This record gives sequence, C-alpha cells and structure tokens, in this order.
Amino acid sequence: KVQEDLNKQLLDNLVSFLSRSHSEFQEKTTEWTCQMKFREIPTAALVLGVNVTDHDLTFRSLSDLLQDNITPYIALLEAKDCPGIKNLMQKLMAQLMNCSIDVDSLEDEDYVQVSQNRIRCSMSSLSKWYKSVTKKTDSETPSQKRTSSSTYWKSPPIVVIFKDMESFTTKVLQDFIVISSQHIHELPLVLIFGIATSPMIIHRLLPHSVSSLLCIELFQSLSCKDHLSTIIDKLLLSDQFPFKLGEKVLQVLINIFLYHDFSVQNFIKGFQLCIVEHFFSQPLSVLCCQLIDLEKRVNSLSHDQCENIRRLPSFRSYVEKQESEKQIALLTSDNFLKEESQKLLEDLHVYHYNYVSVLRCLHVFTSSLPKYPLGKQIRDLHCACLENPVWETEEYESSLQLARMLNKSDLVTLLQQCVEILLSSSGKEFDKTVEKLKEFLTQFQNLEAEAFQERDVSVSSLKELQKKTDLYHLQKTLLELKESRRSKKLTKFEMLRFEVVDYIDCLVRKYLVPADHRTLHEILYFNTASVLREHLNAAPRTALHTALNNPHWYLKNQALKCDGGSISNKAPDICIVYKLHLECGRLINLVDWLEAFSTVVMAAEAPNADTAPSDQVDDIIHARFIRAVSELELLGFIKPSKQKTDHVARLTWGGC
Amino acid sequence: MSRPQGSGGGRRRALQVKFVPDEEVLKHIADDTGTKARKDKAQLSISVKTFVKKLENISDNKAQEILEEKKYVAALGICTQDPVENGSSVSGGEIYSFQTPKRSSKMAELASELAQTPEKSVTSDDSKCPEKTANTPQSSSNKKKEFVSTTPYRLRKRLAGPDFDLESESEYSASCSEEEDEEDQQEVNTVLSGQKTPAKTKAASTPRNSLAKKIKEEKMSNLVEEYFEAHSSSKVLTSDRTLQKLRKRRLNQETLHDLLKKAPLAYAAEIKELNQQHESLFSKWMLQLHLGFNIVLYGLGSKRDLLEKFRTSLLQDSVHLVINGYFPSITVRSILNSITEEVLDHTGTFRSPLDQLEFITKRFKEDSSLELYVLIHSLDSQMLRGERSQQILAQLSSLPSVYLIASIDHINAPLMWDQAKLSLYNWLWYETTTFSPYVEETSYENSLLVQQSGSLALSSLTHVLRSLTPNARGIFRLLAQYQLEKKDNPSYPGLSFQDFYQQCREAFLVNSDLTLRAQLTEFRDHKLIRAKRGADGVEYLLIPVDVSTLTDFLENEDEDM
Repeated sequence: KVQEDLNKQLLDNLVSFLSRSHSEFQEKTTEWTCQMKFREIPTAALVLGVNVTDHDLTFRSLSDLLQDNITPYIALLEAKDCPGIKNLMQKLMAQLMNCSIDVDSLEDEDYVQVSQNRIRCSMSSLSKWYKSVTKKTDSETPSQKRTSSSTYWKSPPIVVIFKDMESFTTKVLQDFIVISSQHIHELPLVLIFGIATSPMIIHRLLPHSVSSLLCIELFQSLSCKDHLSTIIDKLLLSDQFPFKLGEKVLQVLINIFLYHDFSVQNFIKGFQLCIVEHFFSQPLSVLCCQLIDLEKRVNSLSHDQCENIRRLPSFRSYVEKQESEKQIALLTSDNFLKEESQKLLEDLHVYHYNYVSVLRCLHVFTSSLPKYPLGKQIRDLHCACLENPVWETEEYESSLQLARMLNKSDLVTLLQQCVEILLSSSGKEFDKTVEKLKEFLTQFQNLEAEAFQERDVSVSSLKELQKKTDLYHLQKTLLELKESRRSKKLTKFEMLRFEVVDYIDCLVRKYLVPADHRTLHEILYFNTASVLREHLNAAPRTALHTALNNPHWYLKNQALKCDGGSISNKAPDICIVYKLHLECGRLINLVDWLEAFSTVVMAAEAPNADTAPSDQVDDIIHARFIRAVSELELLGFIKPSKQKTDHVARLTWGGC
Repeated sequence: MSRPQGSGGGRRRALQVKFVPDEEVLKHIADDTGTKARKDKAQLSISVKTFVKKLENISDNKAQEILEEKKYVAALGICTQDPVENGSSVSGGEIYSFQTPKRSSKMAELASELAQTPEKSVTSDDSKCPEKTANTPQSSSNKKKEFVSTTPYRLRKRLAGPDFDLESESEYSASCSEEEDEEDQQEVNTVLSGQKTPAKTKAASTPRNSLAKKIKEEKMSNLVEEYFEAHSSSKVLTSDRTLQKLRKRRLNQETLHDLLKKAPLAYAAEIKELNQQHESLFSKWMLQLHLGFNIVLYGLGSKRDLLEKFRTSLLQDSVHLVINGYFPSITVRSILNSITEEVLDHTGTFRSPLDQLEFITKRFKEDSSLELYVLIHSLDSQMLRGERSQQILAQLSSLPSVYLIASIDHINAPLMWDQAKLSLYNWLWYETTTFSPYVEETSYENSLLVQQSGSLALSSLTHVLRSLTPNARGIFRLLAQYQLEKKDNPSYPGLSFQDFYQQCREAFLVNSDLTLRAQLTEFRDHKLIRAKRGADGVEYLLIPVDVSTLTDFLENEDEDM
C-alpha cells in the first residue's frame, strides 16, 4: 500500500516534468529546420536552476520524448564520465551505437559489437557509421514499413546532451565543439547543454572563436518553486490520498526546501519518509485508507486496536462531550465504537474534501490582495489554516478588510473563479454555496444596470445645474448633492460587497477548522516533525558536541549531572580530555595534557586520599589517556603536529 | 528634516527637536509656518509624511526579516519537545564560538578545578565557566582573583607547587614568559573592549536600525581582526616539556591493549541501556533500507558493535558485505573487487573502477533477485573520504537492490558530500551515540602518540632488513647514519645518489652504480626509503622514519652485529 502511494507520487512528478519538456521540444523542432543549413551547430541551452539533483529526471524524460518523436540517436553525457576528449568520444560512440541496435535489430548486431571495440573512436568513423545506418534505414523503411522509424525524419539528427555543462572541463568541450563543427555537413548534430547557473556560463567557458560555432537558443525551465507548488497541489491538496501532513511537518519540509537545497526530489523523499514513519509508528494507520475500504477495515479491528482508538487524545475529548449513556457505550462496547469511529472517519474525509475546495476559494481571494497578508502561495495559506483557526489571526482580519475594498470587476471575477472551483469539486454540500454565490453574481449584474440608471439621474441633475446660472442656486444644489452622498454612505454595491465578504468569512469559519480540532485526526495526519528533522536534517556535529560536553544527556547517571558549562570529573575519559583541550591554543603539549588528565582522574578516583601523587603517572591512566587522545584524533578534533615535539594541533574553532 | 528656524532661539530648539518623534516635528513645522502660505505647508507636510512612511516601511521590512528568521529557527528547532534523546537542540553559535587566545596554563587550571569539585559537591556550583570568570576579574570569587592577578608564569608555579612536585619547575624559557605577559595584556584589552560594545548598545537603546547595524558590523570586523591577530604570531605558547623527559616507558600496542582491558569501562550499565535503545530500531532500519533509503549512523562512540549486532541478528540469511573502512589499506577497488568476485562470482579484471561499477550495475539490473547488504564501518575514514571513492560508493548505494548502512565519526564528515552525492546516497540519519571506545578503529592509527608509532615502524624495519644480505644492510646503515648526523638540519633534503654511491664504494659495499640501484629498488619496494628529485635534478634519498626510531634501530643493529 505504501509502495503504491510512492509510485503514484513519482508518476505525478514525472508527468509534470514531461509536460514541461514537451513544450520546449515543440519549439526546438522549428528551430532545427532553419539552422541545419549553416555551418553552426544548433545548440539548446537549457537553464534548469540550482536544484541539480532534480535534473536527472528531466533529462531522462527529455531523452525519452526525443526518442519517441524525433530521433533514435541520443547520447547523454555526464561530466564525471568524461575527463578527456577520448573518454567523451568513447562514451558517445557507445551510446549512439547501442541505440542503433534497436532500430536495425538483428543483422547489424555483430557489426556494432565490432565497431564498438575495434574501430578507433573518431568523428570520421562516427560519420561513416551514421551514413551506413541512415542508408539502411532509408532502404528498410519502405520495404518493412516500420511505424517507429517512419515517424523520424529522413536523416534524423544526433542529439548530444551534456547533463552538467559547468562541470565539464573547458578543454574537452572546446575540442569537441571544434571537431564536430568540421563534420556538421555529414552529421546533423544537435547539442543540448544543461545549465544550473546562468546562460552567461557558456561564454565564460568557451572563447569567442568556439562559441561562434554554436547557434545557441535559450530555454528556461520552470523554477523549482513552481514545481514544488504543483507537487503540493497534486499531493497534499487532493483527496486521492487519505494520508495527510500536519502543519509542523509541512513547515519543516518546506523550510528544508527553501533554506537548504531547493530540491524537489528531497521534498518528495521527505514526504516518503513521512508516510513510512506514519505507517510504522501509528498502529491505527490501518484505518488510513480510501473511503471504500474503510468499512471492511473498521469491522476487522481487534479489541486492542479499539483500545488504541479510545486512547487517542482527540477521541477522548470527543467522548467527554457526549452524554453519559453514549460515553459508556463508547467506552465499553467495541461494536458501537466501530460504528461511531467509522462515522467519524467518514466525517473526516468529507471535512478534508470541503476543506480543500474552500481553501482554494479563500486563496483566490487572498492572492489578489495587495501585499499578500496571508501569503502568496496556497501552501502558505494551507499552513496557516492547519496551524490554528485562521480567522483568529491578525492577517486574516487585515485581508478581510482589504477584501472589503475590492472593486467590482475584480470581485466579480473572483466570485466566478470560486464558483468554478466549487463546481469542479463536485461536493454535495456545496450546491447551496454555489447557488448563493451565483445569486451574488446576478445581483452584481443587476447592480450594474441600476448603476447605469443612477448615473443617468445624476447626469440629468448635473444638466439641470448647468441650466441654472444663479450662484445661490448652484451652491444650494452642490450642498444637496454633498448631503445626499454623505447620507447614502453605503451604496448598494458596497452593501453587497460586505455581504459577499461576510459570506466568505462564514464559509471559512465553517470549513477551515484546523485538522487537529477534529476527532480521530491522528489516524490520517502525521505530525511528529521532530522525527523528520532528525532523519533528514541531522546535525552530527551538535550531537558530538553534546555528547562530549554534557554526557549526562545520554548517560542517565546521577554522578554525571552538573550544571552550565562544566562537567563532573567522573565523566568518561574522552569528555575530560575534550574539556581540557578546549582550554588550549593552537598547539597542545601532550605532557601537560596528560598531567592535567591524571590530576582530574586521580581526584575522581580517590577524592579524599591526600597522598602526594607520584611524579610518574599510573600506567593505566596513561593508557586511558592515549586511548582518549587517539579517539579525539579519529573524531577530527586534533591532529599530530610537526611544529614542536610531542605536540598536537587543534583543528576546531577556538584553537588560535 | 528639522531645520533650525533661523532666529536666535532657533538653535536651542533645533537641538531639542532632534530626538522628538517625527509626527511632532511635523506638527511643529506646521504650526510655525502656519501664518505663512498654506501651499507651502501642505507640501512640507506631504514630504514629511512620505518620509515617515518610508521609515516605517524600512523598519517593517526589517521586522519581517527578523520574524521570518525566527520562524525558521523555531520550525527547525521543534525537536526540543522530543522526549527521546537527541542532542541536537543546541544552536550552532554555542558550539564553536570564537574565543580569545588562551594561555597554556589554562589547562592545568581547569584540571585542578575539576579535581577539586568533589570536595564542594558533585554539582560544582561556583565553577560554572572557568574561562569566563578568569577573564573578568570583578565577577570571580576570591580564589580565582588570585589566579588572575598573577602572571601566568607565577600562576603556574603556584598551581603546580602544592599539587605535584615537578622535576623542573621553570620549564618555560624566559623569553616565552615575557611574550606571554604581553599577550596577556593584549588579551585583557580585547576583552575589555569586547565588553564595552555590548554595554554601549544597551545604554543607547534607540530603535534606530542603522545603529544596530553599525554595531553588528563592528563586531564582525572585531572577530575578523581577532582571528588574524591570533594567527599572525607564529610563536606557540606552550611549555617545552616532552614525553621523553617524563622518564616514561613507551607503551606498545599490546601493552596498551592489555592495560585498557584491565581498566573497567565506566558507566557500563548506562551504555548498555543506550545500546538497547538503538537496537530497538533494527527492524525499522530494515524496513527503511528496503524502501530505498540508506542509513547513516552518527554520534560519539564506536558504532562497530552496534552494526555487528545488526548484522548477526538480521542479516544472517542474506548476502552481505562488511567493509572495515578504518583499515588503512582499504580502497574502493578492493571493495568493488570483493563484490564482483565474491558476490557476483566474476573472475576477470577491469580497466577502471568506473567500468567495474558499470558491470555491477548491469548485473544487478539484470537479476532482480540479487540483493546485497553493504555495511561500512567509518565511511569517512582516511582512505574512503576522497571525492572519487565517495562518488563510486554513492553510485553503488543508489542501486535499488544494494542496501547500504554506514557509520561516520569525523566531525566534518558531512562535508564529503555535495548535493548530487547526497541525493544518490539518499541518507536517513540516525543518531547512535554509544560512548563505547573506538578500539578497532584507533588500533590501526599509528600516527599519533609516539608510543605506538615507533614500535610498529621499528619492528617492520628490523624485520625487512634481517632478510637482506649483509651488504644491503650495510648500505642501509650508511644511509641511516648519515641521516642521523644531519638530524639537526630541518631542511635536510636527503643524501644525493652520487654522494651515496661514493660512500658505498669507499666502504666496499658495491662495485658499480647498477648494483646500488638494484639494491635501492629493493628498499623502495619495501618502503624503507624514499627518493625525491631536488631542484637541481639530483636524486635524493631519505628514510621516512622519525629520528628516535632510527636511533633505536641503529642501537638494535649494533647489538646484532
């Protein structure tokens, strides 16, 4: 079941990628036709953004797409495979000739095998190969009528994709471009550069003489942020998956994305981890399933699982609110509990259903407001709504105020959008809402007509004004006009506007209740953000530091307990040695260190023995010291130094 | 904005105006100029208003930024509510904050303080932070005051005198202590200035952003200067004592091991409890490994036993490969070889690790029933931490049917991985602090603490030489003696081949330079000597062993002769 979910996600991800690259490809085909005649190599520079880890998928889908529609000859090159021009050519040949196998499948296989190993990898051999292959396909196509090859052009271009252009060595790139430009007449080459930074990098990497051989067209891919919002839209704000993220978890994931790596893949990884964690740690997660399976699963609950439900805090508070008879029934009868919890879970599903649609409506409103008091993206709004009742926040107040100042045309379009959203959600409960909103819309239209008439009236009065030239009368009418305007503070439009906003407000209050106010939310919502943070965004240095500075955190022994910055002298050896080394500068004298260590340890072992310590350190203590020091070296705190005999150098901060 | 009005009293007024809120300034201007043309006033007020607005905007933005930052910290710092152990709730600044230069006597000071703690109480209440109290004399107890008022040199004597009688009390050279005094003075100065700045900020607690920014900048530049100041002097202020003067018998590996066995492991019960906590996660690890994640363990203490336990309890029936990363001669190639030869039963060699990796990938993709668990102890060891080896391991671990579980120890280990590698590895981090000693991991380390390194190299030296002809031994002796003679010259490049040949001829050890070359090749194969080309193109020969080992070796040889 988990696996299924994961697969679905990946599919979604791929689909969005595909749609993206498809549009680019459309543009490119037109480009190719016109550029083929020149001596220049047509080149597509694909600016992909800093999230390098996501590029792999993009390229894979791009090459698949090209393979399906344009050409069978595609080579994907990565910088780490190509330290020199020779390796690059080898790689290129291997990939191209391998993919030619599936075009002319059987008869050429041995030839290809031979060529791969024997023929020296050079451009001329490549072009020779290309000629032979195209000839063959030309002769074959009419006779065998292959559907696959008929979609290709007469002479399909060879597409060479450089996945990470920045990390190629400039020499290799230059050589390759110069060589291939010599052969462009025989070989219809097309290059694609994957760029992570900015298109300027091409000109920085390649001198003018080389870059003039290229005919570069720039393509900008969607930014990773947009990508994230589509994923959030599809995964979190859909009703396909019963599993949901709690507010804190979502916050952590988004923060890791925005502040650490911009990697959509990592976001998905985090989401996967959430699913795994949830199903692993929450025994009731069996109930986290599609609505259809719910009844079966609820009925198969064992007694222990029922007890688990009773133990859920949200369920307990729910029970407390019930009448005493029902309370008893809930707490004693398993069957009744099952019925009740099934009802509750269905409610929860319905709630989420409504929640999403109303959230989208609200987002339509808030995203059009100036300054975005509730955030620009729907994910911000989602977070805010999950955190606590959104109508209690200041931002919500201010956004409502702003909404009350919207002009009519905006308001009408917004309302129309809301109606569309609600209609598409196909929830039964929204029929009334939709009606109400439609009513508002018609009222607005009526208003328009009325306003037209009104204007007529005012125009006529103005006309009257013009007739009267008397100063006194003019003043009088002006005053009247003013008076009327003041008294009629709220026009009909304004009244209606208030009504609309109030209605939206009441929708929000009804449907956007935070999830953790709902009963049994623990079953569907995953909310232990700490686990996620621990596993995805770990801090090994901090953990080491704590272990060394405050061993009591891990070893719950009373003797280790101490306050503030100091540690007790009974701490493990390595802690003492570490603490002592913190007091030193750049270099540490081993003898002094050893002496200090033995002082501490001896005091710890025999606190009251006032015997004069011998100048010779005990062997065991010496050995313990050696062990602790070499452990510190392993951990990277110190290293041996040649500057002075029997000294070690400190490697961490403060060692100066 | 608040310009003087031009009259005699105007100047004073202007002075007063300076710190009055902007609104009042506006009012003031408006009132005064009220009798004048209204147009003027309107304009003025507008301009003032916009200015005020701008200011507000700026402060708003600042506040927003700060708020966002806080939000971020809060969101990431949620784990504090976590009841299970996790030591990562400390903010970064607390860990390795920049510190003022320190004197060598600090260690002894802290040691004595630590030693004294039990007399007072287990929870040492008044020795909260020794370095701080020492730096600020006014806030310390009377005993520490004594410490500070004396120069470090005397302090050392005082401290050392009653506690343990050192054989030589004045180990510090005179010049050294003088320098130290100077340094001390400087240190006090910096500390004082460092204290002043925050005080200033408190006193002048105006809400101006610019001021705060300035102070921040000042602090930054202070830090930078401090850093370079501290690193500018190459003088190292430590005592000159060496281990040799301690009249201490050097411990070799075995005795060390025996001694440590005798010493009881502290807090065994607690450590066991910790381990049990970690062991309860085993099944979870298995699940997550199968779901495509790889697991990395971090935290203080050897994780070898833990992984071993994991292996014996869960991996008995499946194909697994254990890699001891701490082993000094491990390479990626050997890892790959063991996979191809022992797991895939492939005999044959590969041109490069990349080819080998490709082969492995192909095999694993072809045969989906093939599964392999890879356990790597200390993935961050000296041999494996290189970029290329990490890349290969990352690619290996990204195969869906290869499950990797590894441990890291070094504090900077995560720096090995960039985004691309991290995504290949697909790590899940687990904190497993065990506090158990790194017995195996450190046993191969022969770099630190002269005690062990010397003995190892020495035994190998004698071992190799015993198997050689007397003439060869003589050649080596010659080189060793020459090197010992030149031990005081730090820039000694080695013995040039021509000179060496000359000397060998004179000692009737070789008859042609060909025989000498053959002999030297033999040495080089056993890593007994190292040849370097000098700036003048002459070949220089060097024995890469430290002086004391070499002396020991010669003494041994003399006994044998």
